[in-house]
Amino acid sequence: MSAVRENEGLAFVGQGSTWRRALSPTGNTGDAVFRVLMLGVALLMVGIVVAMVAALTADSMASIRQFGFGFLTSQRWDPVKGDFGALPFIYGTVASSLIALLISVPFSLGIAIFLVEQAPHYISRPVGFLVELLAAIPSVVYGLWGIFVLAPFLRNYIDPALASAFGWLPLFKGQITGIGLLTGGIILAIMVTPIISAVVRDVLAAVPGSQREAALALGATKWEMIRVVLVNGAPGIAGAVILGLGRALGETMAVTMVIGNRAQISPSLFDPSYTIASAIANEFTEATGDLYLSALVELGLILFLVTFIVNGIARVLVWNVTRKTGGVGRAA
Amino acid sequence: MNNSDYIRRANSAFMTAMTALCTLLAVGALLIILSHIAWQGIGSLNFQFLTDSPRPVGEGGGIGNAIIGSLVLLLLASGIGLPLGICVGVYLSEIGRGRFGGAVRFIVDTLTGIPSIVTGVFVYAILVLPMKHFSALAGGVALALIMVPIVARTTEEMLKLVPHSLREGALALGAPQWRVTLGVVIPAAAPGIATGAMLAIARVSGETAPLLFTAFGSRFFPSSLNEPIASLTVQIYNYAISPYDEWHAQAWAATLVLMTLVLSINIVVRILTRKKF
Amino acid sequence: MSVSHVSLRLLASVCAFAILVASVACNPGGGPAAGGNVSLQGAGATFPNPLYQKWLSEYGKLHTNVKIDYQSIGSGGGIKQIKEQTVDFGASDSPMKDEDLKAAPGEILHVPTVLGAVVITYNLSGVSQALRFSPDVVADIFLGKVTKWNDARIAADNPGVTLAGGNITVVHRSDGSGTSAVFTDYLSKVSAEWKEKVGTGTSPSWPVGLGGKGNEGVTGQVKNTPNTIGYVELAYAVQNKLPVAHIKNSAGSFIEPSIDSVIAAAAASAASMPDDLRVSITNATGAQAYPIASYTYILVYKDQKDQAKGKALVDFLWWGLHDGEAFAKELLYAPLPADIVKRAEAKINSITAGGTPLRQS
Repeated sequence: MSAVRENEGLAFVGQGSTWRRALSPTGNTGDAVFRVLMLGVALLMVGIVVAMVAALTADSMASIRQFGFGFLTSQRWDPVKGDFGALPFIYGTVASSLIALLISVPFSLGIAIFLVEQAPHYISRPVGFLVELLAAIPSVVYGLWGIFVLAPFLRNYIDPALASAFGWLPLFKGQITGIGLLTGGIILAIMVTPIISAVVRDVLAAVPGSQREAALALGATKWEMIRVVLVNGAPGIAGAVILGLGRALGETMAVTMVIGNRAQISPSLFDPSYTIASAIANEFTEATGDLYLSALVELGLILFLVTFIVNGIARVLVWNVTRKTGGVGRAA
Repeated sequence: MNNSDYIRRANSAFMTAMTALCTLLAVGALLIILSHIAWQGIGSLNFQFLTDSPRPVGEGGGIGNAIIGSLVLLLLASGIGLPLGICVGVYLSEIGRGRFGGAVRFIVDTLTGIPSIVTGVFVYAILVLPMKHFSALAGGVALALIMVPIVARTTEEMLKLVPHSLREGALALGAPQWRVTLGVVIPAAAPGIATGAMLAIARVSGETAPLLFTAFGSRFFPSSLNEPIASLTVQIYNYAISPYDEWHAQAWAATLVLMTLVLSINIVVRILTRKKF
Repeated sequence: MSVSHVSLRLLASVCAFAILVASVACNPGGGPAAGGNVSLQGAGATFPNPLYQKWLSEYGKLHTNVKIDYQSIGSGGGIKQIKEQTVDFGASDSPMKDEDLKAAPGEILHVPTVLGAVVITYNLSGVSQALRFSPDVVADIFLGKVTKWNDARIAADNPGVTLAGGNITVVHRSDGSGTSAVFTDYLSKVSAEWKEKVGTGTSPSWPVGLGGKGNEGVTGQVKNTPNTIGYVELAYAVQNKLPVAHIKNSAGSFIEPSIDSVIAAAAASAASMPDDLRVSITNATGAQAYPIASYTYILVYKDQKDQAKGKALVDFLWWGLHDGEAFAKELLYAPLPADIVKRAEAKINSITAGGTPLRQS
């Protein structure tokens, strides 16, 4: 065994020691060092996350002791009276991110498909740059643009149109001010699109040309061929969406400026709402008093949990999709 | 050709048009936002604005120290975050298999969803409070922590997309796994990894909240990593929330500068990692 | 071939940038360096930020060896950081509470610097002149009990003004802020129902309305959304040319918020100012007093740890209270009345380092 695989210049280190073999199946010292290094870094990151969760939990103990599980179901948020509850924030976070993804994912896919499959090179490079440039706009600028341009535009044109067409749905009832859940979701969609589309572009570009040629050779139209490519790249696309979702869940500045910051649960998309990240950003620096701070930290902890759960669901979905397609696409 | 062929073709043409429309809308949105920023801020862009430090309202002033500060913070963050992120990505793709790898991947995914302000508060607790002062170092660490999961996940996805034939070919030639990874797989995925790096850099270059707790902000040009440091985002934020039109115009102009900065880094990295074959 | 090219080029550029970083990093930082240079760090309220920036710039011209920095992170942030001793001085619109003072590692002094006003601003089409509001009407609007612009009580305060019949949309602060603290303090004084239902605080639980982030957020929402009413610092309303309401004070007159009416509010309560200078001057007595005014304070430790820094700090504060006040009016802040300046001087004179006062008065 070890005759085939040679150590590169480290012969003085005895060959075949058991722990080294355990570290690297090839018995190669360089490999062992490499694997230990990579594992070490991965463990460091895991350690940091664990430390974060530990720190968050420790700092939220006061609030956990006070409210227990009622924190998750209570809808009151009253710093003056010391009564706190997380449900409106959980709702706002999940709802705004969902809206953002519902709008952004089709768009991002469309953009990626266009740039990779349809557009000639001289269009796709510069346009690709431009789309990525959307990611470079600071979120506070998105927020300001939202207040001064997007919200009035929605209030004057889009929201009334939605209300007249779909007003019978509880989603579109209520007073239209331009500031609310829908505006927050749209801003998030714009912010998340460059991330998802950039990663999906790379994923699609990496699908082997042989897949495309095979589909076309079988008589598929361009769009049918693209569908084959999409299925190929499904796990990567799922990864892209999760990245985008991560951004949406944690986005602070832009959302807080246009979502209305009202801790309430309302079925209407026009009504103001409040996300966990916005609440922490708004109130953390000013929060004095242990219970208040602790409640805010507990909100952060809950966001961790929400991300965990959402990621878990996404993972199950991806697993289902790739199971059915049999994992095609890793062909040589 | 029968009817269903016509339908399929029409469908295909329709979808082509739809994807073109999506791209058009995205580019349109960008142009609308950019033109708004430019319209508001171009008036304040001049040499003095780019080199001077901030002054009280009514006296002009500039963002010179903020530009240097942002560059320093980005370098610090990239210096810490890129290697860490790529290493984690390499681990997830090449080494970590099965349950443990899955658990690590899951944890890294969760890290992407943490609001940047929570990361900032965490770094505040572990770096700023013990040191009893704010510092550029703390700011760099906070930004690096935000970068790592983005870089790690995109690196992993890009590495996984490298065909196995490449790896097997190198292994068959007798190279150990680490050489295969470093010498063959990573360069093959380099443009994709660069995308991940660019996304991460673009993301943290627009971050304000974590810097408020760590790097803090400063009126002066940076002289040490151990002191608070100015940054474009914090400066933009401070100006944007003030009541003065003059400062608002400076905020928009600073946004233009920030986006140019990120675009240049983007171009430079792309040039450095483009495939020569 | 691509292996060495890519990695070499990357390596080269990383090295180049690392050199840049290293050159910036070669100074050890923080605190007094060689040559008698002193660095001070302050943080806190956003409201006086423009004035403090002016002070720091002017003072820096006179004393080039003193580098003072101030970052506006909010009153609560200022209180937190001074308690943690990560800054040399804090700043807050509302004075620190007793429990915060007890929790601090040393005695903290409140030094008032300037005064400001919280104004009611609104966006109502067809109304260009200033509307007048009685305190109970203001409270009931923010409680959600008065919901229409043409409500009889608003009309009673504004004879001869045609009020449109739209719904009132309240805009308040979503972030914790000294401005909210001052405004709710006023509302608690004029409305028993407000005091019981909501109370005073930097982040009260508003019964109705949209939340805007920062004074800027509220200003933006009011400016861009019709039929809104909100509260902001005076400078924001003036700079954005928003209408400003006249509020009835405790003497019964409708007062326009202005520098003079704010000074009147301070002067009226100067006599009853407690020893530690922590006071609320909302709903002040005085014929010309504007009812929603407040001091803003700088927070310093009575006993300074560092002799050089402490001396620089007291010198700066002394300069601010005297020469600095001259810059207040043009930036729309109200300078302190003379007797308050005297009381603040006494506070500054009491600051010590290791037991000995830093100022020889």
